Amino acid sequence: MALNLDEMELKDKLVSSFLAFENNASIDLDSSIHDIRTKAINNFETQGFPTKKDEEWKYTSLRSVLNHDYSIFPKASSNIDLSDVKKYFVHGIESYKLVFIDGVFNSFLSDATHDGLDICVMSSALSKPKYKMIVDNYFNTIAKEDQSLANLNTAFSKEGAFINIPKNTVVPKAIQILNFSTGTEKELLVQPRNLVIVGENSHVQIIERHQNLSESNVTLTNSVTEIFVHKRGIVDYYKVQNDTENASLIDSTFVSQKQDSIASVHTFSFGGKLTRNNLEFYHEGEHITSNLNGLSIIGGKQLVDNHTLVHHKHPNCESHELYKGIFDDKSNGVFNGKVVVEKEAQKTNAFQQNNNILIGDSAAINAKPQLEIFADDVKCSHGCTIGQLDESALFYMQQRGISKENAKALLMYAFANEALDHVKVPALKQKINQIIAKKLNVDLEFDL
Amino acid sequence: MLKINNLHASINEKEILKGINLEVKPGEVHAIMGPNGAGKSTLSSVIAGREDYEVSEGEIILDDEDIIELAPEERAHKGIFLSFQYPVEIPGVTVTNFIKSAINETRKAKGLEEMPAKDLLKTIREKSELLEIDRKFLSRSLNEGFSGGEKKRNEIFQMAMLEPKLAILDETDSGLDIDALRIVANGVNKLKSEDNAVIVITHYQRLLDYIVPDFVHVLHDGKIVKSGGKELALELEEKGYDWIKNS
Repeated sequence: MALNLDEMELKDKLVSSFLAFENNASIDLDSSIHDIRTKAINNFETQGFPTKKDEEWKYTSLRSVLNHDYSIFPKASSNIDLSDVKKYFVHGIESYKLVFIDGVFNSFLSDATHDGLDICVMSSALSKPKYKMIVDNYFNTIAKEDQSLANLNTAFSKEGAFINIPKNTVVPKAIQILNFSTGTEKELLVQPRNLVIVGENSHVQIIERHQNLSESNVTLTNSVTEIFVHKRGIVDYYKVQNDTENASLIDSTFVSQKQDSIASVHTFSFGGKLTRNNLEFYHEGEHITSNLNGLSIIGGKQLVDNHTLVHHKHPNCESHELYKGIFDDKSNGVFNGKVVVEKEAQKTNAFQQNNNILIGDSAAINAKPQLEIFADDVKCSHGCTIGQLDESALFYMQQRGISKENAKALLMYAFANEALDHVKVPALKQKINQIIAKKLNVDLEFDL
Repeated sequence: MLKINNLHASINEKEILKGINLEVKPGEVHAIMGPNGAGKSTLSSVIAGREDYEVSEGEIILDDEDIIELAPEERAHKGIFLSFQYPVEIPGVTVTNFIKSAINETRKAKGLEEMPAKDLLKTIREKSELLEIDRKFLSRSLNEGFSGGEKKRNEIFQMAMLEPKLAILDETDSGLDIDALRIVANGVNKLKSEDNAVIVITHYQRLLDYIVPDFVHVLHDGKIVKSGGKELALELEEKGYDWIKNS
């Protein structure tokens, strides 16, 4: 079998850059972090990039994404004006902001804090002695060692969002994490590493976005986020993915939940060449709720791959998954929803729903529910629909004078809109609503 | 206004309408009655242009133009309105936004500018008062979670907004309690004029106490088997449909 030279070259380049990265990293190297990174690069070297032979990557080929000579270290951080990027923020709300440009933190555009809670950057968490205990307790403890891309991120982990909410704190403002790539590098690989810790009884809302600001330059983002939610904590995490045709995103988000906590992760995937969401939830207590919501609206040759895992280990927990997708042209969707219910996890409620509309003649969806249930007193369900638009609804709208084309758009809008029911930040809901309306060519800017 | 000649229509190779003849003039109210399965809803769907039905023979003339080849929205633009027996739920699209789209597309088809928001709001206010519709109701998703009565009232509200030339009310009385029935009928009567016409399709005579027809037609097995004045409806109520079937 012929080896793919480009992938080999990129892998070799990454492995050989590791020492330079560690030497160049302008942070004090704690030996434990050094050990974690070294182990990770060794794992990555052994594992290599995933190929379609890997069961978890059966439907998603990274070949065209890896076929670039990525810069691993951006030469200089270029500056951008707020006016250029304003539209990517959610307006109309007070928020904390963490802005990264080509992987480098930009304090000018950001609004961080250390006042009673930490909303700041990974580089300071990894280097400052006062955070050492937190880093030792949490950093890279739930990111999976058998996932080569997570290992790659860990090996080069240096920058990202560090959010540490102490107990009994309702964070009054949403936190926006924005990652921009500017195009100063023709082909850029960025690897944000985020750590979120939500203390007991605390509540936080986070909005994350990756945006390539250049039309022609290529960006690959390999992001890893670890989220820890303590007893009765609540986290609402929203990922807005509406990037350019030259931008690809591999996002791995790992969530560990303690008893009575509620964690919700929403992915809104509207653009980008390739978007892969690995979303894994681990339960470490009883009465936990996990919500996973996804909405994909794509066309062209775009691909969105949602890979989810909910691991029920304790009794009386629930998980709710709703993934919806509209696929036009030659776009591809993948949904792989794995639910594990261990023997001890009695009285588990695990629901999974995946509804798709294919409108492109060559669009395709590969859907695979994977239920591994070892307990006997559980309620688990999964459903998957792949359909066209409802003919009687189309007729109804046409009867009122709405053209078939617009009726279809309205129906798709209605189909998509249901996925916004659980968005708890009104300004964000409105923004996503606008993106959807624009994508589907629906004009609904009118209300009483 | 509307002239239907020898209309034959089928669905999935099964013939439902077997030669319908009907003429409706401006200012008239026609009632079409008949037992279940007679083809009442098929007739209304075929007039409105539902594409599932195949018209094998005959013509539907609206104002001297055969509309058989026209798409449902084109017929709507020409003034045909069908109040559905089972209005479709459309989550995520509010009543107001839906009616705005409907009105503006119809205006566009007629070469008119979009209706200014101010005028639209004013009309909405007037027509919703006519049908005793709460303003809050208008911000809800179209038909989603509406009761049977609310759905029907919303249909007539849309009819009031669109001011059709020919309104077909398909089983509008089903699922209505007596108060809702009165409101709906009152709305229809107020919208009635010398220039428009109404076809009321119903199984029971009840609605005809409120919307009084000029003509009553009895549909049976895909044909109009009897026509008469409003007294025919009462006779039917009394004697039942077996009277028609057996005669």
